[in-house]
Amino acid sequence: MGVLTRIDDLLRTAAPQVLGAVVRRYGDFDTCEDAVQEALLAAARQWPAEGVPDDPRAWLIRVAARRRVEMLRSETARRRREALPPDPVPEVRGDDELTLLLLCCHPALTPVSQVALTLRAVGGLTTAEIARALLVPERTVGQRISRAKQRIRDSGARFAMPPDDELGARLTAVRQVLYLIFNEGSTASSGARLHRVELSTEAIRLARQLHARLPDDGEVAGLLALMLLTDARRPARTAPDGALVPLAEQDRSRWDATAIAEGVEIITAALSSTRLGPFQLQAAIAAIHDEATRPELTDWPQILRLYDLLRILAPGPMVTLNRVVALAEVEGPLVALGQLATAAAEPALAGHHRVAAVRAHLLEMAGDLAAARDEYRLAARRTLSLPEQRYLEARAARLR
Amino acid sequence: MKYLILIQSNPRSLAAWEAMSDDERMAFGRDHLRLSGEMADAGVLVASEGLADPSLATWVSVRDGRTIPSDGPYAEVKEHLAGFYLIDCPSREEAIAWAARVPDAATTQVEVRPILDMSGWEF
Repeated sequence: MGVLTRIDDLLRTAAPQVLGAVVRRYGDFDTCEDAVQEALLAAARQWPAEGVPDDPRAWLIRVAARRRVEMLRSETARRRREALPPDPVPEVRGDDELTLLLLCCHPALTPVSQVALTLRAVGGLTTAEIARALLVPERTVGQRISRAKQRIRDSGARFAMPPDDELGARLTAVRQVLYLIFNEGSTASSGARLHRVELSTEAIRLARQLHARLPDDGEVAGLLALMLLTDARRPARTAPDGALVPLAEQDRSRWDATAIAEGVEIITAALSSTRLGPFQLQAAIAAIHDEATRPELTDWPQILRLYDLLRILAPGPMVTLNRVVALAEVEGPLVALGQLATAAAEPALAGHHRVAAVRAHLLEMAGDLAAARDEYRLAARRTLSLPEQRYLEARAARLR
Repeated sequence: MKYLILIQSNPRSLAAWEAMSDDERMAFGRDHLRLSGEMADAGVLVASEGLADPSLATWVSVRDGRTIPSDGPYAEVKEHLAGFYLIDCPSREEAIAWAARVPDAATTQVEVRPILDMSGWEF
């Protein structure tokens, strides 16, 4: 590992700890966040040339605290002089990172703002890195972050752990934001994909930290396991030309066995010791797929049972559709087509391209190739995903 | 989710432009500027540009490894792309709300097209 990567990792790990210490001491999240960001940039500039200081966190805290004072001075100079707090150096404390994460995922913020602020304040990414990762201009990300901080200020939210009766709901929001970041990693627009910070890797890193902090939270464990088990298939999911490779046709020897083993271990432990939740069920389904060394060894009856549970705990259009696919494997395509017809009438699924894609798949299984081809074409026209469009068109072409 | 808001120039939009007073034309231009500023402040703007006249366009093709630029199109086209806003926002509804604030929407109409992304679905 090179010096630069080591410094980068060090800064990313230190970022939330330093910010947490500084905000806890001074309270003004908005200014502290800017000050820490500048301290991180200063470190990234100076450390490679001058060497890493003996206590990097203390260095960053000192620089951030100084920078904050400078910022406030230039602000108060404009208004009127104001006594600045004395300056004992704040210390890093264990629960700061979680407090910070909860603040960045505050319910007063929009999801896009939560994502941008979490990546910067907790993930320690620069605005430029976030902009590259999200494929939007740096100014756009800057605006999202400053709006988020303004919302936090306006809402009166404080840097403190929420009361116990709120913590559950607030953690739900945190898990959703981390999952959003993970999925953002695979939904870049069809333009350039070069130079992207790997957002799914970043989401896994943050989920891992959260899991270490809250080992008894079954849904955090489920989320981390789901990410690991999904990400493990990434090397096999796209062909060299960028085309999407469906699960049944993936070269399973290219799956990441280490990530699968870790994901399976985490989800197995969570299922046996904590309260069941949607992320755990999705992770369990992913684990069953990942443990099948050949597609025909997949335990579809078990997957169907898990989807039945998921439909009760967290119903949604995608759960309905995925369950229909599992049902086809267990009871055959005709039964599944019948249930798909009922599901397709729901408003959330009316006109959805994946209904057409699933219908095409089931018709192909049933041997009605002409009808399958038409449905694949319909799905290809309606999807917003380029790899999926190519996949569906290739599917249609194969049935000619 | 990214969306492209397309503004076309066509006989209808030209007629609407001809019917405007100088003040109205000034206001029209200012409203465009203000809108891109507001999109930037809201953290949704990716890019926005107005395009030069199609008479300045160059058509490029490559045959046998040779680049062949040519002026054109030779036949007068009735409609061409005049400008665009590329925005990044969570929903189609939000994209439509931004499109409704493009000045051209009030005189003619603008088009909202989702951008394809690289997400993939396994089944």
